[in-house]
Amino acid sequence: MGFFTKLLETSRVKSPWIVHFDCGSCNGCDIEILACLTPIYDVERFGILNIGNPKHADILIVSGTVNHRNAKVLRNVYDQMPEPRAVIAIGACGTSGGIFREAYNVVGGVDKVIPVDVYVPGCPAKPEAIIDGVVLALGKLKEQRTAKDTDSLAAELHQAREFYANRADRQVVE
Amino acid sequence: MDIKSIIFVILALIFAPVAGGFLAGIDRRLTAWCQGRFGPPILQPFYDVFKLLGKDRQVVNTWQIFCAHIYLISSMLSLALFAMQSDLLMIFFVMTIGAVFMVIGALSTPSPYSQIGAQRELIQMLTYEPLLVIVFVGIYFVTGSFKISDIVAYDRPIFLILPLLYLVLTFALTIKLRKSPFDISACHHGHQEIVRGVLTEYSGPYLAILEIAHWYDIVLILAICSLFWTTSAIGMFFLLAITYLAEIVIDNITPRLTWKWMLTYVWAVGITLSLFNMALLYAKSF
Repeated sequence: MGFFTKLLETSRVKSPWIVHFDCGSCNGCDIEILACLTPIYDVERFGILNIGNPKHADILIVSGTVNHRNAKVLRNVYDQMPEPRAVIAIGACGTSGGIFREAYNVVGGVDKVIPVDVYVPGCPAKPEAIIDGVVLALGKLKEQRTAKDTDSLAAELHQAREFYANRADRQVVE
Repeated sequence: MDIKSIIFVILALIFAPVAGGFLAGIDRRLTAWCQGRFGPPILQPFYDVFKLLGKDRQVVNTWQIFCAHIYLISSMLSLALFAMQSDLLMIFFVMTIGAVFMVIGALSTPSPYSQIGAQRELIQMLTYEPLLVIVFVGIYFVTGSFKISDIVAYDRPIFLILPLLYLVLTFALTIKLRKSPFDISACHHGHQEIVRGVLTEYSGPYLAILEIAHWYDIVLILAICSLFWTTSAIGMFFLLAITYLAEIVIDNITPRLTWKWMLTYVWAVGITLSLFNMALLYAKSF
């Protein structure tokens, strides 16, 4: 059992597949995320692939502010990812809402909609910082068990989902 | 069936996915090298599959589970039939069952990406299957049998008699490997294109099962290629190595085109080459 658990943990750390969701970013951060795939940074060295499909992905990278329209889309993308999964918020907008946080249509940072594991600030975030963020997220990915393995974690996850599902009640409306 | 062939089947079933995984790893490394990158470790495909096996099960409907397993079983069965030195046509039809079930699994979900991928996969099958049958018939004309045990016993390398039919077989290999210019249903390294076509709705352990079955398929097609040089192990090794390296080079220098181009080009070139080779064969026999 110990061998297989270790093998699984190693594999999770060695093969993080990423899905990138542009949540209304100005494309500054998106270009930096895609720059990680170029020969200069070449994240495929670490087994990191930019997968377009949330069903295949382990890490969700979100850039840009969340507004009332695309909050549903972001939630949908997150819900389609099987456990274990991690979320990284990229850039000033992704982490907090940035210069748009006071705008009438903006909900705020990514963490207003889904639980975020790693925040990568910057305007735009540097590719080095983004790779560091993915490495940080790997630690969280490794610790996570799948939902059926540990009941306590499942309960925690359920609680978190309830919390975010009822966010409309707690939200301040203009 | 004697004890020797049983042992051979078990060895083939155990070592085929290992060989397929290593081949995929070397392939990714060489491709990265072609593109001026460093590339992932050779063991990367194994990490990917183990990780996928450990993910949560998330399915759209139960048909997907059934279809993924049938694909794996039929790929294993066709390789086992090859290891038993059975009939080439039998192997071909067992392999087809698996490919069809993968498409059925993709068609069973309403997702448009999955549907488009499945239709394209069907067209790819329509493209390579007649050519594979023609290749088998060509082998039959030379050796007088569809049975692998008789083909292996033939005293000359078939490659020297059927070089053009070998080229036709590499078309089928390219399509089966999901390599450019024939990677229209699910590209091997274009991970965002029609969000991976026929594989869109398979996730977690089921995607891992499809990947393992894909490794079995690759090993089977390479084994069929190896039938073209059965007289010496060195000749067989060089034939397979050159074929696979050529696949990687072609994959990196060609763009992807439409399914209409693929169908007309592969059928026109493939059938012309096969007819020419057959005519050559008859001219020699007179």
